[in-house]
Amino acid sequence: MPELSYREAVRDALSRAMRADEDVFIMGEDIAEMGGSMGVTQGMLDEFGPERVRNTPISEMAIVGSGIGAAMQGMRPVVEVMYEDFLTISMEQIVNQAAKHRYMSGGQLKVPLTIRTQGGAGWSPGAQHAQQVEAWFVGVPGLKVVFASTPSDVRGLLWSAIYDDNPVVFFEHRTLYGLKEEVAEEIEPIPIGQARVHREGEDVTVVATGRLVHEALAAAEEAEQEGVSVEVVDPRTLQPLDEDAIVASVKKTNRCVVAHEAVTRMGFGAEVAAVVQQQAFDWLDAPVERVGAKFTPLPFAPVMEEYVVPHAKDVLEAIRKTVQRDGTS
Amino acid sequence: MAKVEQRRGVSDETLREFFREMLLIRRFEEKVEERFRAGELPGFLHVGIGQEAIAVGVCRALADGDVIASTHRAHGHTLAKGTHPNELMAELYGKLEGCSHGYGGSMHLYDVERGNLGANAVVGGGLPAIVGAALAFKFRGEPRVAVAFFGDGATNIGTFHESLNLAQLWQVPAVFVCENNHWAESTPAKQHMPIEDLTRRAEAFGMKSLKVDGQDVEEVHRVAARALKHARDGKGPVFLLCETQRLVGHYIGDPQVYRDKEELNRLQETADPLELLREKLGLSDADYEALDQEVQELVDASVEFAKAGTDPKPEDALKNVYA
Ligand SMILES: Cc1ncc(C[n+]2csc(CCOP(=O)(O)OP(=O)(O)O)c2C)c(N)n1
Ligand SMILES: [Mg+2]
Repeated sequence: MPELSYREAVRDALSRAMRADEDVFIMGEDIAEMGGSMGVTQGMLDEFGPERVRNTPISEMAIVGSGIGAAMQGMRPVVEVMYEDFLTISMEQIVNQAAKHRYMSGGQLKVPLTIRTQGGAGWSPGAQHAQQVEAWFVGVPGLKVVFASTPSDVRGLLWSAIYDDNPVVFFEHRTLYGLKEEVAEEIEPIPIGQARVHREGEDVTVVATGRLVHEALAAAEEAEQEGVSVEVVDPRTLQPLDEDAIVASVKKTNRCVVAHEAVTRMGFGAEVAAVVQQQAFDWLDAPVERVGAKFTPLPFAPVMEEYVVPHAKDVLEAIRKTVQRDGTS
Repeated sequence: MAKVEQRRGVSDETLREFFREMLLIRRFEEKVEERFRAGELPGFLHVGIGQEAIAVGVCRALADGDVIASTHRAHGHTLAKGTHPNELMAELYGKLEGCSHGYGGSMHLYDVERGNLGANAVVGGGLPAIVGAALAFKFRGEPRVAVAFFGDGATNIGTFHESLNLAQLWQVPAVFVCENNHWAESTPAKQHMPIEDLTRRAEAFGMKSLKVDGQDVEEVHRVAARALKHARDGKGPVFLLCETQRLVGHYIGDPQVYRDKEELNRLQETADPLELLREKLGLSDADYEALDQEVQELVDASVEFAKAGTDPKPEDALKNVYA
């Protein structure tokens, strides 16, 4: 089995789809000669040429918008928005156009567009280059939202996103590009809407996304030393959400922590907490704990950035909080 | 036309000051690069080596009270607008003494007291607010001008077009300074714009446009002064196109795989605004070295200042979110 980095896994899915299918092409800022600001598309210009690996001007509205148009004509474009902070510029096209054409046309149209983007803190770029905005898109009917945390997941999910007939906003996390994992020779498409249980446990369920999956796994190791058995579940797709997997896990462990890098307030964890309290209320022995960034823009100075975004120790603290309640008080 | 006459826009002494400032920016940015590579500076850094004449030429033509908005490539504008190298370096080290008190970093340099309304890491992000600042000056009848710096790549984003249209429509005292270095990161101009002459974009809005050799600080200064006067006199906004060269990578550490190295070497040899000015001024080696030593000492002192600065407390992150 080959070992791929997260970066290579994204490239592999894109390249295989482009080899197999003339309708797939990619476009975005600096994706051609430079191979993208994260090096994801390196070498693809040489293989596929400038028609199918298109450098664009700095025009985030038109990058997404022209992707929508090509998708409505039956192509399967994958557009790259260099930093998820700049999705704010594409927002109108994503929210009012991509998400709604199918509905507004009464089912005549479909928009099989994939919008790849990346973000995440931990490198002190300041307030406009490392936000985590995935939750904003979950509240928009018509969009699918994916946030993959490992090489095999990112590859299998990107393939499914490309072949989904709906617009998919596909989040990658900057700090994961170097992460390696053994993957199957052939791509195994991962259905959109299926969670992955990374680690089984008995006492607490941690539902984590993106970088926090790895922080949660580290926290679970430490909790183990303290005699607490932690189950780590990564929903992988935020919309649609694999509610069954989350609820089943919580019914087993009776405790739940949600964890993501985005701000806690209105974060994806709020939705998970709502699902859990509604579907597993009688099983819960403690309130659902939420781990996320503090409610500030991202500061520049590393000591402040480090403080604002969550780490394994924050997940561990939340785990401890849930087990301190014995369920009878 | 006598060459000598052409360069009498400013005195030799003033031109020497321009040289000194450009050299300060150059040495400052070289030091930033050195300290970044040494692992001392966090974050994401872009230097403007090759574009110093624009920062200095435009900012020297500003009056007290004028304001600027800058870009991701902001160190030069910030120094030229009057921020002390100590405060700029302290910001890059993430210290409370920094011009943004450690909250901003290289791409978000602010110095409101000196009329710097902020560098912007979002391409085109600063332009609309410059229109609004100019509108406020117009409302209040203040003889002030608001100036936006941005690159060629930024002329492809919506805010550029919306801002120029609005500024012209409302005849506000704004100057839009486009630094055309012919690159947007790795993307050459011919891949991102279907036209070569960017003044045509401003002309489409009926806006007065001026074009200048951005490697010649004296010319930049002269033409910027004209643009600013036009705006200040209530005659409307101006688009000031400065043709320039990025003599380094897009960001510090950029291997520039996309760039023809011979062409780059040629530009470094022929289009360095400091070399051009040094020649124009006929600076003796001794004069040059004296100036160089003077600015180098300022730069070294800024590193000492920054390192001795105060780290924010982690909880300081919670401040300043709301007024
Ligand atoms: C809206 C937006 N899109 C993309 C980027 C990433 N980016 C940063 S600088 C840059 C190129 C800017 O080119 P230009 O405006 O010509 O300025 P230069 O870098 O040449 O000074 C890009 C694409 C960004 N910061 N903001
Ligand atoms: Mg440029």
